[in-house]
Amino acid sequence: MGTITGRRAAYERARKRRSTVVATVSSLAVVTAIVVLVPKMPRWDRVHESFFNGERFANSLPRLLDAFVLDIKIFAWSMPAIVALALLVAITRNSRSAALFPLRILTIAYTDIMRGVPIILWIYLIGFGVPGLGIDRPWNSPLIWGSVALVLTYASYIAEVFRAGIESVHESQRAAARSLGLSSWQTMRHIVLPQAIRRVIPPLMNDMVSLQKDVALVSLIGPIEILRQAGIDKSKFANFTPYIAAAAVFLLITIPLTRTTDWLIERERRRTTGTRIS
Amino acid sequence: MSAAKISLRGVRKSFGTHSVLNGIDIDIAEGTVVSLIGPSGSGKSTLLRCINLLEPIDDGEILLDGIDISLPGFDANPVRRRIGMVFQNFNLFPHMSVQDNITLSPVRTLGVDKAIARAKAAELLERFGLADKINAFPDQLSGGQQQRVAIIRALAIEPEVLLLDEITSSLDPELVGEVLDVVRELKTSGMTLVLATHEMGFARDISDLVCVLDGGHIIEQGLPGQVFSAPQSERAQQFLERIIRAGRL
Repeated sequence: MGTITGRRAAYERARKRRSTVVATVSSLAVVTAIVVLVPKMPRWDRVHESFFNGERFANSLPRLLDAFVLDIKIFAWSMPAIVALALLVAITRNSRSAALFPLRILTIAYTDIMRGVPIILWIYLIGFGVPGLGIDRPWNSPLIWGSVALVLTYASYIAEVFRAGIESVHESQRAAARSLGLSSWQTMRHIVLPQAIRRVIPPLMNDMVSLQKDVALVSLIGPIEILRQAGIDKSKFANFTPYIAAAAVFLLITIPLTRTTDWLIERERRRTTGTRIS
Repeated sequence: MSAAKISLRGVRKSFGTHSVLNGIDIDIAEGTVVSLIGPSGSGKSTLLRCINLLEPIDDGEILLDGIDISLPGFDANPVRRRIGMVFQNFNLFPHMSVQDNITLSPVRTLGVDKAIARAKAAELLERFGLADKINAFPDQLSGGQQQRVAIIRALAIEPEVLLLDEITSSLDPELVGEVLDVVRELKTSGMTLVLATHEMGFARDISDLVCVLDGGHIIEQGLPGQVFSAPQSERAQQFLERIIRAGRL
């Protein structure tokens, strides 16, 4: 037994060493090609000047970071509202009570309509339309109604994620809970939802990364957040570098979020299967 | 026999056009063990699910202490707290520890104080030799241990009747014994038990009444000695012959 383990370990070590060498060499080759070849393009000097201008980057970055606080704020207050509304819609749609039939029809219409129209249209329609009804300050702020549009559209997508999770919990779990005398609401609350939510955390995180970027769409109806601020800087200095800087700021948030998502997916896979086929 | 704890009168149930129970009559006396045997698809499990009100019946009556619990609109939750059920595939809640599986219903439906419910759970686990598993999760237990926990979970609400739906059918042969031992102990303690089972030897030893189901009818009903050694109906004879030939009795 010991010799087999030793032989296997040596083999795995050698294989790992080989993969590392291959990965390093190929990555270096690609990076070198880009760094060496792209600057040889005929108009590189002008692209370099208008997209990768170090001075403009440094100049815009503080303003962009300031504006990014608004993106984070919109994200922070929209996300809990989205999750709450999506759960409510998913639970209503999954309920089996006859009394809730009209509500079920309503939730189906809601998801169909919200998901069927581009987000940007909802932001225009709700963000300009509702304040246009003559609501008084501060409740006519496009910031509020733009966020509402985000919440309503995202909740319709995420409700479907929750619904898939709820439906993935086997019927026998409900049977066991009901046989113990739990009501249908107690069964949902203590047995179905905890299992459903655990299963959908990875796709949920995926939608959160997506939301973090779509927050920028609210700028289309007025609020000066990072994308809008980058546009202002671009116009003022006739240089596109602020957009590159804005992109960098977004990556600062979305990359850790995406990594976390992958890590969660991997952990869930390991927990449920306990094995890995190479 | 004393007055029946549960009486089934002309119980009928169909799923769509497929009729599963075609007029079932059984009287289950308090403190007795009733076994339902019969080929797969004969309606044993459906019958137990109907008694627990997990499936509404189409016609007939289910009387618990003389009260018809199968009336449409009858509040099922209090009834289910009086009739416990254990399933073939255990159906433990995988996201909860053994302790939480057991205390969930007493705490949430009976309003038992959490500390008291936990003490009771610990006591039941001790009684059935699972004291060290109190903080384990279902996936960390063997099939036999999971099924014993499922029985304890059903017992924790102190039901008057326990329905056991083929509780050894998904266990490895060497784990069947530990679960059947639990059932024997329950019989000794005077619990009313209704079991659907394929363990013929066990059914013969433990039952006070054996019902043979086939095609949604009770084709034979009587004392185990009589049903197993001298079945009256031809179909019951054929069924038992198949069982004996398969070496299951």
